[in-house]
Amino acid sequence: MDHLIPQLSIFVLACFVGYYVVWSVTPALHTPLMAVTNAISSVIVVGALVAASAATGGSEISKWLGLGAVVLASVNIFGGFAVTQRMLGMYKKKERKAPAAAK
Amino acid sequence: MTEAIATTPAWVLLAYLVAGVLFILALRGLSSPETSQQGNRFGMIGMVIAVATTLIVHGVGLPLIVAAVAIGGGIGFVIARRIAMTAMPQLVAGFHSLVGLAAVLVGVAAYLNPIAFGIADLANLPAAAAAGGGPLGGIVPVIFPASRVEMGLGVAIGAITFSGSIIAFLKLNGTMSGAPILLPARHVINLGTLVAILGLIAYFTTDQAAWVFFAIVALSFAIGFLLIIPIGGADMPVVVSMLNSYSGWAAAAMGFTLQNTAMIITGALVGSSGAILSYIMCTAMNRSFISVIAGGFGGDSAAASGGAVEARPYKRGSAEDAAFVMKNAESVIIVPGYGMAVSQAQHALREMGDLLRKEGVSVKYAIHPVAGRMPGHMNVLLAEANVPYDEVFELEDINGEFAQADVAFVIGANDVTNPLAKTDKTSPIYGMPVLDVEKAKTVLFVKRSMGGAGYAGVDNPVFYMDNTMMLLADAKKMVESINKDLG
Repeated sequence: MDHLIPQLSIFVLACFVGYYVVWSVTPALHTPLMAVTNAISSVIVVGALVAASAATGGSEISKWLGLGAVVLASVNIFGGFAVTQRMLGMYKKKERKAPAAAK
Repeated sequence: MTEAIATTPAWVLLAYLVAGVLFILALRGLSSPETSQQGNRFGMIGMVIAVATTLIVHGVGLPLIVAAVAIGGGIGFVIARRIAMTAMPQLVAGFHSLVGLAAVLVGVAAYLNPIAFGIADLANLPAAAAAGGGPLGGIVPVIFPASRVEMGLGVAIGAITFSGSIIAFLKLNGTMSGAPILLPARHVINLGTLVAILGLIAYFTTDQAAWVFFAIVALSFAIGFLLIIPIGGADMPVVVSMLNSYSGWAAAAMGFTLQNTAMIITGALVGSSGAILSYIMCTAMNRSFISVIAGGFGGDSAAASGGAVEARPYKRGSAEDAAFVMKNAESVIIVPGYGMAVSQAQHALREMGDLLRKEGVSVKYAIHPVAGRMPGHMNVLLAEANVPYDEVFELEDINGEFAQADVAFVIGANDVTNPLAKTDKTSPIYGMPVLDVEKAKTVLFVKRSMGGAGYAGVDNPVFYMDNTMMLLADAKKMVESINKDLG
């Protein structure tokens, strides 16, 4: 299993990167943080695409499961990034005073 | 396995790495509101790179795939556009469930078609089948034992994420009561199920029979459900963060199976992000992670132990009184809580802030980390109502200022202001960091009624202080009538 060690190295280092990056996120943005992590964890769509586009060597069911997963992950990707963008667009500094435009 | 890596072109591996790095930058951008939108764009670019790379490598152009993305993407986009900001906690929980289910589906697909995923031992297969097509000639492809562990963990965590998030969604959405549901001997059942899942994953390495694999999936669905039903509504910030973390670990496990760097990096990022948020939430409630997971908090037992609400005298005020007090104050600190979210009072509240500022009053907002139902919930609602983020302060930054403040305006928050947490060792919330509202010259406390004391079922002595005025009404209606008197 000589592929395992390089992968594990990437994983462990990424955990540390995640640790430091997330601690530097301002608490005011914790909700957008959850929304965006949700969107990026849908990178699992990569696996879904592999399953959906696989030539029928194994099973036809596998392909349909893959397609199902593509749909689910796509909801998350588009929904997650869009809702994050919408939230982040609402955070404004003091200068911009537009009291009338509250939705 | 080494073959699989060797046959993958270098640019593909690099592309996934770039996607992973872009995801790191997406989170990095959130260190300040100014850089956050740029960060989010990096995240989107990363996702486009990851998806495009996969499509190029694995044969593009399947109309079914395009249709699947269009359907999913369309649904996601519409939801993201229409959702009310107050519904954000259930939306996030709902999205987590989708990641979990997607992980399960991918895991099952990989189990059924291991050759396509490059996790099958090709040595004893017919050449045509090994190349990815052709009949297998009745031979079942053998999956590498290490891949079986990764797959097993991936589907298990994915299934837990799915069923747990569904329950969290139902509780947050109010479809299901937020009160904990306590099964007898639930700790034994839960631990037993967890042990069984781990045992099955271990056994899976020696026997790749379908029943083992699907038993892992089924038990994991069950445990996700069992783990979340005993957890009360007020502990939801921890639960949502925890499920966020799980969705990451599921993605990472699938990343190991697929030997995909982008998935491994992302999974690790999301996993640690959720874990840190859970930790922050637990610290903010002075509870251990274990005690939250064990559940039962915020239910009848807690209410019975602390909620002997006797009729103590308190001062009741009207909107007019409140407007008068605040108009003549120099500084007002507003403390919002879940009640503000429930009654959608954030817009009226911002208006009140504007009116007060016109009178020359300094207005600030103080946010407790666990106010609301998810981390940062209050901040988003205030941002939605156009409250500038530099007027909104975290607990440790503003707590010293209550002593100088003329008015603390508490709206829909309760336990996070309870001074018993500092003094009463027997209180269930003892040791929880709280906002020192009682130090302000006057406390205006907006609350629906005198009954129903907070989620912890603890009475709050602030209600009965001489300098406290209780404003008993729906939060939004109260603020609106205060605004009328101010205007």
